[in-house]
Amino acid sequence: MTAAPASASGVAIDVKGLTKSFGGREVVHDLSMQVKRGTIYGFLGPNGSGKTTTIRMLCGLLTPDSGEGTCLGYDIRRDADKIKRRVGYMTQRFSLYQDLSVRENLEFVARLYGTRDARGAAREMIKRLGLSGREEQLAGELSGGWKQRLALGACTLPNPKLLLLDEPTAGVDPKARRDFWNEIHALAAEGLTVLVSTHYMDEAERCHEIAYIAYGHLLAHGTVDDVIAKSALSTYTVTGDNLNELAAELTGKPGVDMVAPFGTSLHVSGRDREALEASIAPYRDRPGLHWQHSEPSLEDVFIELMTRSKDNFQ
Amino acid sequence: MSMVSAPDQRRDTREPRFGFWRRSYAMVVKEFIQLRRDRVSFAMIVMIPVMQLLLFGFAINTTPRNLPTAVLLQEDSDLGRSILKALENTAYFRFTREVHDVAEFDNLLQSGKVLFGVEIPRGFERAVRRGDRPALLVAADATDPVAAGSALSTLGVVVQTALEHDLRTGDPPSLPFEIRAHARYNPAASSRLNIVPGLVGTILTMTMLIFTALSVTREIERGTMESLLSMPIKPVEVMFGKILPYVLVGFIQATLIIGIGVLLFGVPVRGSLMMLALLSTLFITTNLSIGYTFSTIVQNQLQAMQLSMMFFLPSILLSGFMFPFAGMPVWAQYLGEGLPLTHYVRIVRAIMLKGATMENIQYDAIALVVLMLLAMTIAVTRFRRTLD
Repeated sequence: MTAAPASASGVAIDVKGLTKSFGGREVVHDLSMQVKRGTIYGFLGPNGSGKTTTIRMLCGLLTPDSGEGTCLGYDIRRDADKIKRRVGYMTQRFSLYQDLSVRENLEFVARLYGTRDARGAAREMIKRLGLSGREEQLAGELSGGWKQRLALGACTLPNPKLLLLDEPTAGVDPKARRDFWNEIHALAAEGLTVLVSTHYMDEAERCHEIAYIAYGHLLAHGTVDDVIAKSALSTYTVTGDNLNELAAELTGKPGVDMVAPFGTSLHVSGRDREALEASIAPYRDRPGLHWQHSEPSLEDVFIELMTRSKDNFQ
Repeated sequence: MSMVSAPDQRRDTREPRFGFWRRSYAMVVKEFIQLRRDRVSFAMIVMIPVMQLLLFGFAINTTPRNLPTAVLLQEDSDLGRSILKALENTAYFRFTREVHDVAEFDNLLQSGKVLFGVEIPRGFERAVRRGDRPALLVAADATDPVAAGSALSTLGVVVQTALEHDLRTGDPPSLPFEIRAHARYNPAASSRLNIVPGLVGTILTMTMLIFTALSVTREIERGTMESLLSMPIKPVEVMFGKILPYVLVGFIQATLIIGIGVLLFGVPVRGSLMMLALLSTLFITTNLSIGYTFSTIVQNQLQAMQLSMMFFLPSILLSGFMFPFAGMPVWAQYLGEGLPLTHYVRIVRAIMLKGATMENIQYDAIALVVLMLLAMTIAVTRFRRTLD
């Protein structure tokens, strides 16, 4: 293993003040983040929030307008080549060659990274991916789940130190998603750092740390528990009859920032606990309803962050 | 199933030895596979040269026959009739109009109803008998100098042969009258001998340009560029990887065209075949580099096609393939010097038809090298390494 300059610090990604605009529109604003080596770092946020742009700046595909930082100890502005050799980037859209077979795609990647025995490396990876028997199938003909496995295989083939995965599980079935996450955890256990963007809350909860980004601003980061605790959101879970009516009545009341149905229950949340409790007081004794003060879910926190950031930044 | 591998199996991530060659090789192999799988492109490698050659070779005929001709008869004599008969027998001329005054004669030529006009002046026969060598005027529509040139070039000989019996004036053996041709002159040549060598270059320009002009935009449009750029490959390596497979393709095409030219059209190869192969490869690479440069400039495949066409048309018109280079205005000649086809047309005609040596054509060979290096330099500097 080549020792990167900052390996001693145990930080894989360390960037400060990254800013990027396209055509006058600021897509990423003053973004700073640190990712520890060997962790799985979840990158969450609505569509168009700047997740992909940030990831591309980290691996040298985009040059930040301002800001600086290191990736695996290499300067993201000056050492793009060194970063590329050590980082596996899995794009949001399938970007391997559709008209090349599974084996040919993997051999291509292996050769590009200077692997001595490209055929052997590809064969080994096909076996690991469970793609034996499909090696001569064209990549374009694979199902979504297999494409995603192949893409992960292609970006782990050159043995990177850092994986950047941009919404890797979008449109993939739950079983394939679970397998995928098991693999990511196995890779992290080997010492690989993984930065993964996602929309799924269950995936966020599988990360060691998460960051929430909206409208180009990093709004919250830390472990899932940290993020929930720091949100200062009070939530009541209501179960019972006629929840739809209750939802309609509560919406817009002072202190009630969010009303969201979750199956047979309703989540009522607000930042100002006193105002929230004052507003819901008249409904708490309504027959047939059961009220319980509860922890907000990660989704509650994110939706609240998103609503708030929309007010602030748009 | 698990992707886990023990840390000690992890390969080193230092810059590998011969990295440049490995990465270029990776690119070459990938391009070859993609080419093989693209049935249409693969068919084009063979179909385009064969179709073009057969079409141009048979369809374009610069020694046309039966050209519509007007006759201005200012006297009705036996000699005049014999001459006209002789002219018609050459099969170049077909007399479609007989007129009796100069204005009408001029008008026919001007309007394009005839391509030639033959004038037998008043007192022609008498003047011939007296030995005055009167002028027989043959006016040609100069807008088609190639067609006119061939017909005019054979005029004197043919007329003399045809009239030998009529004019029992064996002494001196020259014609007793002068044929005054009013047209630009092109030396007679079998048009196929000129066309086929030029076609080698024209066909190669078209196919080579398009193959590489699409190569980078295709990666961008298919979304594969993002992956490619995130890997440690350099612009020069991408370029070599995209150009090299097509050098072989171009070489096959050139062999095909020259082969058909020799076997089917009887075009000779008087110079060194080795030198022809070498310089053809150079020309192919130059065109591929230019196509690749286009690919790094344009935004999508449609623009790439349009830019290729923009380049292709002047190549045909200004290279001397279609019209004599020396006949073009000076500014057009300067433009023509900047086109690889101009130099290749000279090279290939010189080698095939004139048996030229390297010394004869070194200027054009050097010009091709310069154009190739220029295109490659632009391509490498233009290649965007980021998605900015």
